[in-house]
Amino acid sequence: MATSTTVFVPVDTTARSLGADAVAAAIAAEATRRGVSVQVVRNGSRGLYWLEPLVEVVVDGTRMAYGPVAASDVVSLFDANFLSGAKHALALGPTEKIDYLARQTRLTFARVGIIDPLSLDDYRQHGGYRGLANALKMTGEQIVAAVADSGLRGRGGAAFPTGIKWKTVLGAPADQKYVVCNADEGDSGTFADRMIMESDPFVLIEGMTIGGVAVGATKGYVYIRAEYPQAIRTMRTAIETAKAAGYLGAGVQGSQYTFDLEVREAAGAYICGEETSLLESLEGKRGMVRYRPPLPAIKGLFGKPTIINNVMSLASVPVILDKGADFYKNFGSGRSRGTLTIQLTGNIKQGGLIEIAFGVPLREILYDFGGGTATGRPIRAVQSGGPLGAYMHPSQFDTLFDYEKFAAVGAMVGHGGLVVFDDTVDMAEQARFAMEFCAIESCGKCTPCRIGAVRGVEVIDRIRSGENATANLVLLRELCDTMISGSLCALGGMAPFPVMSVLNHFPEDMRARA
Amino acid sequence: MNQGEQKQATAIRRLAEARAGEPGALLPILHAIQDEIGYVPDTAVRIVAETLNLSRAEVHGVVTFYHFFRTKPAGKQTVYLCRAEACQSMGARALEDYARRKLNIDFHETTADGRFSLEPVYCLGNCACSPAVMVDETVYGRVTAQRLDEILK
Repeated sequence: MATSTTVFVPVDTTARSLGADAVAAAIAAEATRRGVSVQVVRNGSRGLYWLEPLVEVVVDGTRMAYGPVAASDVVSLFDANFLSGAKHALALGPTEKIDYLARQTRLTFARVGIIDPLSLDDYRQHGGYRGLANALKMTGEQIVAAVADSGLRGRGGAAFPTGIKWKTVLGAPADQKYVVCNADEGDSGTFADRMIMESDPFVLIEGMTIGGVAVGATKGYVYIRAEYPQAIRTMRTAIETAKAAGYLGAGVQGSQYTFDLEVREAAGAYICGEETSLLESLEGKRGMVRYRPPLPAIKGLFGKPTIINNVMSLASVPVILDKGADFYKNFGSGRSRGTLTIQLTGNIKQGGLIEIAFGVPLREILYDFGGGTATGRPIRAVQSGGPLGAYMHPSQFDTLFDYEKFAAVGAMVGHGGLVVFDDTVDMAEQARFAMEFCAIESCGKCTPCRIGAVRGVEVIDRIRSGENATANLVLLRELCDTMISGSLCALGGMAPFPVMSVLNHFPEDMRARA
Repeated sequence: MNQGEQKQATAIRRLAEARAGEPGALLPILHAIQDEIGYVPDTAVRIVAETLNLSRAEVHGVVTFYHFFRTKPAGKQTVYLCRAEACQSMGARALEDYARRKLNIDFHETTADGRFSLEPVYCLGNCACSPAVMVDETVYGRVTAQRLDEILK
């Protein structure tokens, strides 16, 4: 009997949005027609999104890549004998040697795109659950110290030290504590959370379990946005699998710890990515932002001490507990330690996921990795850190990826999302959209955000129609100041940043339309 | 109450009671109702309020706060067009205009033949292959006007 060849076809949302399901079906059908034995495995995505659907064939233990593959290419791939790694117009060589991937440092994304996302055996064979095994031998204080020493900061955008949050929860006495994962990844230009949940769900489960063990929380919730149906399904299945294997529930891995996990589906409110609003939503209420203090670490979900972290932060915990705080801390620059998962998106030739140590220049990401715009025109602006982040001007492209260095030029690393625009962009329209979006998504609790965003749209419209442009430009800046200093949370407090960046760096667009 | 309404009310009560004991049960219950019935009808507000011992104002407030919950039946398929920045950089504004003209409806409306509802969405997490469109739960990347025609055939 001939041995079976393993072929990987990603099951990730982006790969599927470009036809991966049809490719997988075509490969299986063509193999049957030719009488060759092929095992099609649906892996996660490697994150080289411009090459999706990226098909990989295992040849003598090496994974050979072909992409982007359309279903109509499958017959010619078989004809060229791609099952033995043969040459073809779509051949890319060994996957690991593709420059875009080879230049990355994949710590949090170590398994993403390599394993079958729902195979617990794959997960364990590739280093999974070693962090939890170590954590179960440590005290809560020791686990929290490891997370603090690693220098890990909140990857959701606020960059608050994760260890400090955990330490506060650990020190808060209570009959019940919670671990909440913020998977309400609503920023445009981001998909790293989605990728983890779709491509390596067990790493998030492991990270949350370690959090529960560390602070004595017995229940966790993953709050996932409704726009991510596949992530919701994958996480739910993975949680069932982990439960059945004794990684969740009473007596986690034979220990005295109990930790249960549940997925909660969000309902399309951007504001619920703000942590206190998310907690309100989990409690079954309108997602209205809470006043702080009290901090969620002291009075969080249902009034109990709660760890609330982004997917990326929690998914980075297992590697820290597996390889040690020093290992993680040794990557990075300044006070930004470890790796950042940059999501390169928008008008870009080679968009995708780039996990790399902090300290890399923005220019290198845009041109060496990204290859410039998809349209072939010059890059005019890059929005960094989501809809509340500034638009960066080409004169700022030498800035190094580092929370403090970005802040120093008035920009934000945030969740690591970059949206690239070519020179056809109308920056006044982008400034208007920042205010429009804030108006649509405001929870309505504080006036600067609720009213300010609506007025912001109106003032920009007046400037564009030439109505008292000079006076209205002054008014717009004053409005931005009011929103920044007077809003309760980051939505109203930061929506002015993209607007101000347009006023400061692209003033030529902020004038009356012809 | 006619027979159809009676049946719907029974279904809502069953869904609400099934999860009433869970902490923070309101959103999961509303999701369950929308999954089964296709929307959250007015009667649901009263029944869910009774089941969870909340005021009708509280339940109504939650239903209307979240963009995802609809209070009227949708078309057979819901088309979600991404309007966020990454998609804008690749022509989402033009695609949006095209979709509205093609379907002859605005956002939050349903075509006269009941086939499609059109909803805006702010990011589908498919930003490296913009513009993105989701039809029910299927996501499409790099959508051009021509590709949209094929998707909505």
